Amino acid sequence: MELVVFSLLNGIVFGLLLFMMSAGLTLIFSMMGVLNFAHASFYMLGAYFAFQISQAVGFWPALVLAPLVVGVAGGLVERYGLRRVHKHGHVPELLFTFGLAFLIQEFVVLGWGRVGVPYRVPEILNFPLFTLFGTNFPAYRAFMVLISIGMFVALFAILTRTRVGLIVQASLTHPHIAATLGHNVPRVFMYVFAGGTALAGLAGVIGGNAFVTNPSMAALLGTIVFVVVIVGGLGSLTGAFIAAMVIGIVQTFSVALDVSVGSFFGLLGLDLSSNSIFYEYWTLTLTDIAPVTPYLLLVLILIFRPMGLMGKRET
Amino acid sequence: MSAKRLFIGAVAAAGVGLGAAAANANETIKIAYQEPLSGPFANIGTAGLSDFLFVAADINKRGGILGHDIEIVQFDNKLSGQEAIIQLQRAIDQGIRFLLQGQSSGIALALGDAITKNNARNPDNRILHLNYAAVAPALTNEKCSFWHFRFDANVDMKMAALTNYMKTQSDISKVYLINQNYSFGQAVEAAAKKMVPANMPNATIVGAELHPLARIQDFAPYVQKIKASGADTVITGNWGNDLTLLIKAANDAGLDVKWFTYYAGASGTPTAIGKAGVGKVFMITEWHQNVLESAELEEFVNRYEAEYGDEFLFYRSKNTLEMLKLAIEAAGSTDPVKVAFAFEGMKYESELGTVEMRAEDHQLFQKLYVSKWSDNVKYSQEVEGLGFETQGVIESADTRIGTVCKMERPS
Repeated sequence: MELVVFSLLNGIVFGLLLFMMSAGLTLIFSMMGVLNFAHASFYMLGAYFAFQISQAVGFWPALVLAPLVVGVAGGLVERYGLRRVHKHGHVPELLFTFGLAFLIQEFVVLGWGRVGVPYRVPEILNFPLFTLFGTNFPAYRAFMVLISIGMFVALFAILTRTRVGLIVQASLTHPHIAATLGHNVPRVFMYVFAGGTALAGLAGVIGGNAFVTNPSMAALLGTIVFVVVIVGGLGSLTGAFIAAMVIGIVQTFSVALDVSVGSFFGLLGLDLSSNSIFYEYWTLTLTDIAPVTPYLLLVLILIFRPMGLMGKRET
Repeated sequence: MSAKRLFIGAVAAAGVGLGAAAANANETIKIAYQEPLSGPFANIGTAGLSDFLFVAADINKRGGILGHDIEIVQFDNKLSGQEAIIQLQRAIDQGIRFLLQGQSSGIALALGDAITKNNARNPDNRILHLNYAAVAPALTNEKCSFWHFRFDANVDMKMAALTNYMKTQSDISKVYLINQNYSFGQAVEAAAKKMVPANMPNATIVGAELHPLARIQDFAPYVQKIKASGADTVITGNWGNDLTLLIKAANDAGLDVKWFTYYAGASGTPTAIGKAGVGKVFMITEWHQNVLESAELEEFVNRYEAEYGDEFLFYRSKNTLEMLKLAIEAAGSTDPVKVAFAFEGMKYESELGTVEMRAEDHQLFQKLYVSKWSDNVKYSQEVEGLGFETQGVIESADTRIGTVCKMERPS
């Protein structure tokens, strides 16, 4: 019971953090048609900027300022980098973001060194919110949940309930018609890219101090957000939300459960003892395969539902 | 055309001849340093590099080895086995005879095989592996090699020392093991499963976990499992981010256990332990900041920190190069075979006592320290006012354990 409740809570927190990162990525993905490899790097920039700003003026201004700075950086990258590469097609765009990820990585190393920086949770949020079955639930985790849910609601409202959102949606799906109607589609793209990277920056601000802020943090989360975007479906916020939660919860639960692969077959009446074929595979526990479960999900989705959970067209 | 080529060839040959002659007079002794110098583990790779550069500069100031200066040549293996082999070949092609490497036992094992083959096939281009950090027991047991020397205590020696200290702590009864799933982490788990029951009759192992190396962002679910097992003590060989994140998640969840670790003193981890870990985190090492037995060593470390603005991490880098100096001087040459024989059974008076390179398996025996994260220290580590404080000293003789090594020696 205890394990189930806490696995669920931890799964939700991790899932929401994944969602914050992938929300921006899924919009950018549907806009450019290629994955932005540098997306997790903007998450890292968010954490480092927040560390730097909070050193000077405290955590709360950093919570607002750091994502803005990251967003401006993202906007500049789109305006002066991606837009020029865009006309040469998808492959150069992909290579551009790939190279950008390395550049940001080196920028961070040059600026702050290879060792992580001591970016900490603000004292006011550094207390256990409640204690359940003798385990603390940190208030900061609840704060992360609030921020990400707030962001989801705000983003959803902007995209579906406002005029700006309508133009963005139109530009994403029918760029030529939107342009013919007099909208500046490249500028919309720039705003979407800036907004998307700002969201990744925000995830970095609240994720950097909950976990670690060091030059390898981008690589830790880099690939898993792609899985969220593809499983969720192209350009679908709701899809990304569901996929992120599923991946977060599945991953924490598979760590918690000590069930081996073979025991499933055992239920079917098959006896898999130590001399049976592929013995090593049958004794793998769910905990062992927890880190690969998202990728397993990715493969299954691509086979059985290539457009993703909520996507409208194939990726 | 062909005459011209012949002429160039002759000039080049003459140049090589001159170079070889110069080597006897004032050429440096090149030593390869091969570690991850880029990528996620670069922080520890570069820390080791500056330690060796500093020690080498110190030896050069005293006149070098047989009148030659040491030159550390860096190679980046990106913590990949394939890259390590390529970089090894580059070092051999440059005529380098000594290789410093130790970060990741997986890489050390891969290099061991490659070096054994190279040294058998190319007797004129042999290279010695001076391992200052890879501690998988296999390297001086089943996989031992005449060309490999280890200057750090191995997993089993450290685990024996740790468990002997732990049995004196009356409040340890339920032990949980969590380790990284690769050769080193598996070795730590195997050693603990053997030695906890053997050395600590009052304790039981209540759980054992292997998790993927450098893949986990949120350790909260693992911490939950430790909690559910009812453990009061955790033994872990985790290092780098895997230890930092684990302890951070445990602090967040309010998990109240003692931690017995191998690498809690390295980059970033002390920051994560912070005040919450005072009195709870223990570490087994050959040295730490607050080993103050030798004023000479203390002065050396302070000089390092003043020059690099960072903490001195690998004391064993000093023993490694000082012993190499003695071995080359005893052999009277840099020929790897002669130097290797000079290493065998060598005793060296380090600042912290006599250390000995056992001839049988090329394992160095030295004093080990069990230390505790404390607020009563002279030198802080990363966090102001906090650092490691010695709790127990294991004399070199007490760290000796047997080996199954059957070494083939060149005749």
